[in-house]
Parts: sequence; C-alpha cells; structure tokens
Amino acid sequence: MINIFKIAARNLLRYKRRTLLTSLLITVGVVMVILFSGLSGSFKQMMIGLITDATLAQMQIHKKGYVSSIDTSPLNLNLGPKAYGKVRDMLEKNPLVESYSPRIKLGAMLSNYKETTNIRLNAIKPDSEIKVCPALPDRITFRDRESGQGLINPGEIIIPDKLAKGLKIKQGDTVVLVAHNKEGSVNGLNFTVAGVIESVAGPQGKEGYIHIKDARDLLRIDKPEVTEVAIRTRDFNRIDMLYAEINSALAEYKNPKGNPMFEIHTWEALSPFYNIARMIDLMAMSMKIIMIAIVLISILNVMMMSVYERIREIGTIAAIGTAPGKIMGLFLAEGFSLGLISTLFANAIGVGAIYILNIHKITFSFGRTENLLLSPSVNFNELIWVSAIVLLVSIFATIQPAYKASKMEPVDALRHV
Amino acid sequence: MSLVTAKNLSKTYITGEVGVEALKGLDFEIEPASFISFVGPSGSGKTTLLNLIGCLDKATEGELIVAGKRVSDLDRRQGADFRGSALGFIFQSFNLLPVLTAYENVEYPLVMIKNESKATRTEMVLKVLESVGMLDQKDKFPDQLSGGQKQRVAVARALVTQPKLVLADEPTANLDHATAKNVIQLMRAMRDEFGTTFVFSTHDPRVMHEAEVIHTLEDGRLTHTEQGSDRRGNHD
Ligand SMILES: Nc1ncnc2c1ncn2[C@@H]1O[C@H](COP(=O)(O)OP(=O)(O)OP(=O)(O)O)[C@@H](O)[C@H]1O
Ligand SMILES: [Mg+2]
Repeated sequence: MINIFKIAARNLLRYKRRTLLTSLLITVGVVMVILFSGLSGSFKQMMIGLITDATLAQMQIHKKGYVSSIDTSPLNLNLGPKAYGKVRDMLEKNPLVESYSPRIKLGAMLSNYKETTNIRLNAIKPDSEIKVCPALPDRITFRDRESGQGLINPGEIIIPDKLAKGLKIKQGDTVVLVAHNKEGSVNGLNFTVAGVIESVAGPQGKEGYIHIKDARDLLRIDKPEVTEVAIRTRDFNRIDMLYAEINSALAEYKNPKGNPMFEIHTWEALSPFYNIARMIDLMAMSMKIIMIAIVLISILNVMMMSVYERIREIGTIAAIGTAPGKIMGLFLAEGFSLGLISTLFANAIGVGAIYILNIHKITFSFGRTENLLLSPSVNFNELIWVSAIVLLVSIFATIQPAYKASKMEPVDALRHV
Repeated sequence: MSLVTAKNLSKTYITGEVGVEALKGLDFEIEPASFISFVGPSGSGKTTLLNLIGCLDKATEGELIVAGKRVSDLDRRQGADFRGSALGFIFQSFNLLPVLTAYENVEYPLVMIKNESKATRTEMVLKVLESVGMLDQKDKFPDQLSGGQKQRVAVARALVTQPKLVLADEPTANLDHATAKNVIQLMRAMRDEFGTTFVFSTHDPRVMHEAEVIHTLEDGRLTHTEQGSDRRGNHD
C-alpha cells in the first residue's frame, strides 16, 4: 500500500544527511522558542504573582491625583468616609470582585531609641488584606507566631528586612514611630516588631506594615479615612473587564469642581515590571520570528533541491498521467512531513529540557529580590501554537517548489539529464 | 476504426531564430491490438512522433486522433487524465520511482491516477506482475533489479491501468541484445494476452523485426513501411 505520505517519507529518507541536518536546524529553532517562552513565561508569572499577590494587589482605587504624587505619601489625598463608602458599595455589587482591602499609606520616622530613619508604611486591615494579597505572609518572617494568629495586631509593626538589618532591629524589639498628620501636628507611638518583611522590587516593595487602627491613632484621624482600596478579582484573565466596569462606575462621582473624584489603576499601570513583561513578550516574539525564518529558509532550500534533483522523476509521473495537483501534493506532503518530524523532535526535546530544568531548580536575583526560584513550565497552548506555526510555515515554504514541479512539462522534464 | 490516425502530421521545434522541422507531414494509421515499431537513424523524429501520439507534446500542423480523441483539443489537465486512462508509457531508462518497490511502482498509477480500491489494486498488480514474470521480485527496489527486470516492471506499470495503447520510446536501448529481444517478446506476449496496442521506437535492427509493422522514419518523413515477423503479416 502506498500513499502520498509514504512516498514523501521515503523521499526524505533518501537524502538522510540532508534531511537530518535540516530537521536539526528547525529543531534547534523550535527548542529555543519553547525553552525561552517556558523560562520567560514562568519568570513573568512569578514576578506578576509577587506584585499582585504579595505587594500591590491587582488593582487600586485612590482619590484622583494620588498616584502622580505617590512619592510624598500625601495625607490630604485620602478618601473620606463618604467616598470610601461609595467605593465599597460599588465593589460589593460587582460579581467580578473577589475581595478588597482598605489601606492607609503614610511616611513616618522610625526609631530604635539610638538611630532614627524614614519608613514608609502600609496600614492595613489584616483580614481584608490577606484576602487581597494572599501571598503577603510568605514574605514575612514572624516572631514565634502561632498559626491562626492574625497577620498583624494593633501595637505591632512589620519592618522591611533592609531596615531591620541597618538598624539592627530584631523581632520582639520595641520601636517608636513618629508621624506628622495632615494638619502638621506630630505624634509618636510605641510598636513591637512582630516580623520582618522581605523586600521586593517595585513600588510598595520596601514598605513596612502596621494595623490600620494604629495608623488612625498615629495620624489622629478620627473618621475612617483610607488612602487606597486594593482589589482582587475572581478571574485574573478578566482584569481588564473589571477595570473597565469599575472605571465607568467611578466616573459618575465628581468633585464639586466637576472633575472625577476617583482614579483606578491596575498593577500594570502601577508597576514598572509591566514594561519588563512587555519586553519579555517582545523578545519571545522576536524568537518566534527567527524561528519562522529558519523554518522557511531551510525547508524552501531543501524542497527546491528536491525538485531540481528529481526533474526526471517528475517528468515520468507527469507523463504517465499524474495530475499536476497530485504532483504538487506529493511535494507539499514532503515539506510538511519534514516540518512535522522536526516539530515532534523539538517538542520532545523542549519538554524534556524544561523537565530537567525543573529538577535542577534555577535560582536568580531580580533587583533587590534574591533567591527567586524559577520553575519553568511548559505552556501547552504555546506548544500547540508554535507547532502549528512551524507546520504552516513548512507548507508555505514548499508551495513555490511544489508549484514549480507541478508546472513542469513532461517532455522537457523527461529530456532532462 | 483505427486506434491512431495521423494526417499531415508536422512538428517544428522553434529554438531561438531557427526552426527544426522534426516531422514533415506524416500520414499513417495504427490498428487496435497491433504491434508497431518506428525505426530510423538518430534525429529522424522517432521521439518527437511518440511524444505527439502520447499527448506529451502538440503538433504544429496536421491532425492526430488517438483512441477517438483529437489530441490537439486537450489542455494540460485533460492531457494528463487522458494519458492516465488510455495510454501506457515505457521509457528508455526504465524510469521507475527509486523509492518504491517493484510492487509499489506498478501500484502507483492505480493509487495516484486511477483511485482504485485496495482489493482491485492488489488483484491487478499481482496479475500483471505475474504476466511479466516478476512476481517473485515484487518486494525489491529498482536498484536491486537488473535492467531487464526493471523494464519488465515498467511494462507491468504501463499495463496495469489497462490502457488501449502503450508507447515505448527506445525501450531496449539500455539493454544487451538478448535482454532486449526478451523485453520486446514480453511486450508482444502482453499484446497477445491483454489486446493492448504497442508502439515502440528503436534503431536496433535486431529488435525492430519483432514488430508486425515496421515504419521507417528518415529526416522527419515516413519513407518505408514493411511487415515484420508477424503472424498476420506472414499470412498475407
Ligand atoms: N526540444 C527540442 N527542441 C529543438 N529541437 C528538437 C527538440 N527535440 C528534438 N529536436 C530535433 O528534432 C529532430 C528529431 O529529434 P528526435 O528526438 O525526435 O529524434 P529521434 O529519432 O528520437 O533521435 P534518437 O534516435 O537520437 O533518439 C532532431 O533534429 C532534434 O535535434
Ligand atoms: Mg529519440
């Protein structure tokens, strides 16, 4: 029994070395893409996870203008109780919102009674915060804390590791926080160091944590003001949809001057890592373009040679009555098979390599974040896509030579020596 | 009715400025189930003529009817269909596909041209392979066969589609004399068995006399027609 693919396979085996070399070249290109997207994808995933699950949260709502002056932690741009109430009502109603958490952001002086330094603080409601940033506790080393105990209690502070090291503060020590409030009056409170938090790159990555109640005491805020509301969605893939919904819901609220009262940002707008993520995507895209070029050129080259070497055979099958379309099909099958074999090879090698990388974990540092553990994963969607692209390009590269073969006049082809 | 009718058949090759008149007004007929040879010196137009009869090339002038079809009316695609269904070809250098076994080479036209079912194919392929005496070699690849064996497989490939007419341009030129004679006799036996018309060209005087009718071409003209060692010819 013979068929087009069997003939194609036999013809490929006829020039073993050439087929092998071409196949190898394509395989290398595809493996490169699979490895790169496996590694960069997991890096991206991890960084985004760190940002959205352990620091910023996925989205944040502020009073209009807060983000542009974020570096000064302005207290006069807090949301008042009425404004916060509106935001809360709106978020409660949206089914895409999984949870939200109010925060007060403030700058203060931290003293261990010997030295004093600046610290930026996040004042949180621990129960809400842990729902919005479920990975936050992973960054924190607690002092002999039993499980089930809250993230932070009133009177406690969690200090960034660099600060703790610099001021030689240990868990359990007492420190003083001194802060100015909106009106300019100064207040100080004692705190027990409950834990040390690992710094990460990006905004809010080097901030300490206190309980929201303490922040109100420290700043002498008697009304339940908040600086920002952090939000977590039920479905990260629909973050843009939620953003649009909240954005339009918030747009209703204007201040007395008629300007919007609130602003909302996703993590992408808040974190510079978003641009790195885009760069990574761009590089992955470039890799794919290189891979496409490799496949295109190598298959085109091999198939052109195949057609040229087999002119007499083409003449023969055309003379005995093989339809031009069938001749074209024979060569297309050959180019396609070459692409297919190479992709299968590449998938096996790529998946294998990623598997091995997973056994020998890769550690690296990014910014101030050290010992990040990269566990590259195979994205099967990506694998299917890359394979489909290779197969399509293989066919595309074969079209011209195959067409040339099908257009040959049998008399001329038969006379060819 | 004749299987092939040629009237004033002419072919001029144009290469650049000059034209080469390869065939100059041929008139002839070929009867069904006959065994015909065209002979003549090199350059006399044998290949040109067989290409015209085989629908591989078009005449410059004149009329050619093959198996009831006016050949000049066929386009590329129809030409291929017509060749696949009504004609068989045998080549000087055998032209078997090197990647296919003897069996698969014979099966090729049934799969790629005729779309026959597997059962029919097996039956037909085995039958013709047996007829040409190559059944025991059916699983060998062409490079494992001798020239004579290759040409036998080629004869089987030409016959497997049950064509009305088989064209063979110098089928014995690459064979030694004994084998050449053998192949021609095989073709003739096939004609007897299947009733297929065979037209072959040669310039080997020792095999041309195996034909029933020998047409002599000289410089593009049919100069001479004689009866060969044919039963019908002998009984005239
Ligand atoms: N494609 C072509 N282009 C131009 N001239 C051609 C072409 N094919 C054949 N000729 C010329 O036509 C004439 C007849 O050639 P043809 O090949 O038919 O001869 P032949 O009898 O088959 O010769 P041989 O015994 O050498 O095979 C020759 O003069 C040849 O040079
Ligand atoms: Mg010739």
